[in-house]
Amino acid sequence: MEEINSLFNGFAVAMSPFNMLLMLVGVTLGVIIGVLPGLGGANGIAILLPLTFTMPPTSAIIMLSCIYWGALFGGAITSILFNIPGEPWSVATTFDGYPMARNGKAGEALTAAFTSSFIGAFFAVVMITFLAPLVAKFALKFGPPEFFSVYLLTFCSFVGMNKGSPFKTISAMMLGFALATVGMDTVTGQLRLTFGSTELMRGFDFLIAVIGLFGIGEILLSMEEGLAFHGAAAKIRRQVVLETWAKLPKYWATSIRSCLIGCWMGITPGGATPASFMAYGVAKRLSKNSENFGKGQMEGIVAPETAAHAAGTSALLPMLSLGIPGSPTAAVLLGGLLIWGLQPGPLLFVEKPDFVWGLIASMYLGNLAGLFVVLTCVPLFASILRIPFSIIAPVIIVICAVGAYTVHTALFDVWLMLGFGLMGYIFKKLDYPMAPMVLALVLGDRAEDSFRQSMLISQGSLGVFFSNFLVAGITTLALLMLLWPLIGIVMKKIKPIK
Amino acid sequence: MKVMEIITAIIFMILGLIVMYGSIKLGSNWGSDGPEAGYFPFYISVIILLSSAINLYQATIVNKKKITESFVDKKSLGQVMAVLLPAIIFVLGVQLIGIYVSSILYIAFFMIWLGKYPPWKAIVVALGVSAALYFMFEFWFQIPLPHGSWINLIELLGMNEK
Repeated sequence: MEEINSLFNGFAVAMSPFNMLLMLVGVTLGVIIGVLPGLGGANGIAILLPLTFTMPPTSAIIMLSCIYWGALFGGAITSILFNIPGEPWSVATTFDGYPMARNGKAGEALTAAFTSSFIGAFFAVVMITFLAPLVAKFALKFGPPEFFSVYLLTFCSFVGMNKGSPFKTISAMMLGFALATVGMDTVTGQLRLTFGSTELMRGFDFLIAVIGLFGIGEILLSMEEGLAFHGAAAKIRRQVVLETWAKLPKYWATSIRSCLIGCWMGITPGGATPASFMAYGVAKRLSKNSENFGKGQMEGIVAPETAAHAAGTSALLPMLSLGIPGSPTAAVLLGGLLIWGLQPGPLLFVEKPDFVWGLIASMYLGNLAGLFVVLTCVPLFASILRIPFSIIAPVIIVICAVGAYTVHTALFDVWLMLGFGLMGYIFKKLDYPMAPMVLALVLGDRAEDSFRQSMLISQGSLGVFFSNFLVAGITTLALLMLLWPLIGIVMKKIKPIK
Repeated sequence: MKVMEIITAIIFMILGLIVMYGSIKLGSNWGSDGPEAGYFPFYISVIILLSSAINLYQATIVNKKKITESFVDKKSLGQVMAVLLPAIIFVLGVQLIGIYVSSILYIAFFMIWLGKYPPWKAIVVALGVSAALYFMFEFWFQIPLPHGSWINLIELLGMNEK
């Protein structure tokens, strides 16, 4: 039970007045970010990251992760009230949330969404509390080949689990790797792919890519439909809250199922968005009144919200213990850790237990604060969307530009941001997935380092990745995931012949 | 849509070739003490070339019979351009006349043109946002934002922190 001891230590760290203030600020900012289009979770955190350089890392990560929880809560507000998902993981919430709001049950829908989010997050945090140290201890035995095989598994799972064309996924991913190699090579000291440009010497920063792809890109996409925010009125009266809480236990099975789906999707590189869809689909298939899904069933809110929040939270498990982010937003947080000089991975638990457990403790508190904030302030947040687009859009773009500039104090990055924005717009329309590209940009250097070290150990033989049971197992699993789409096609062709 | 797919696949291939060229220049083989700097990027470029070739193939030949919707219709393109082009001019402005002046002009322009607000309201809001930015970054966070390389208004007005 040393985890409980560490957890209490963590609470002591997290409950300093400064950190508690940051938690509230973070959650509020997060909800606002979740409500506004174009300032998503990953993007918002990327913009605010440079502002945390002057804070101690523990406080910084507490604030940033609270922004994440806030965004997870906030995305539901616009989904339910305006049928506009504020975040990609809130899309599934619109299916049943908006009909409920239109039937006058907005308060119920919102309460159900927020409470389910909280339950999902709580489940995931408890899981992290007990599993993370175990995984970290296990991973301490990892050498470069094992680490590379885990990276390989991560990236191959993207290819295997993406529903679109695997070749588009591979192209996007490889582009991310290629972008990651630009700049100075840490091993040989040579400048790679800079073609004489001093601006490119810095390399491509993932923060700029995230702000561009997920920020500008999304604004450009939303512009296609034009923007008119007409939404249902929203006020959560205490009576409604209590009534909804009384109704929720009926859906305990859905809740637990969605928690598990969410945790699984969070740990494997999937993230909150696929988790919410999968949970909705599963709930619909297994429910007794599946015909009512889409017309305003509370279960249709409970499932995706629980899963999305569980996934978002559990994405931090592999990030902390293995150094592998389970979602794009976790990738940004990982990047933040690297910037602050912390090495995420098994050694983090050993060398900086205060940081890790402070963060874990803040997850409990942050989510509680988040639930409180959203339940009380919904009308305030909803009214933000009533600000006309002609004011919000340029302000968001100005904020994105400031965010991009403050990373390296470089104007070139602001131009890059626009470029990435255009890329994000085109990619989204052509079904090129952006998450693997961002992940490759964040992890590219470390993956390459593991690869080179493994090659050095084996003197150039690729057999090092099969040299012991652990490595061989993970590598085989990775190759299986890579070839999964191919296997699927083959299976489909075999079946009719039978 | 199909044309866009083909163009994108070709752009990917060009990028792949650029990466390949760059990594061969660095040396993409086994050096005296391990893989050379260009080893990893070289194989990455190979994979890019292969997968984008397959994308190109799928876009041109395999999906020929599919009825494809257009990449973007005129009205949507117009609305996207309405955001993209001013944004580009805005960034140019940030470089030349500094972010504070640029954001005033940008926000005011948007409010007047798209939102049809009366000019005085637009300028008030724009000034407000810009002032908030100024105080937040120049004084509170102590992070310098671009003051403009051409015409540095902040310096002219003597408002910069020395």
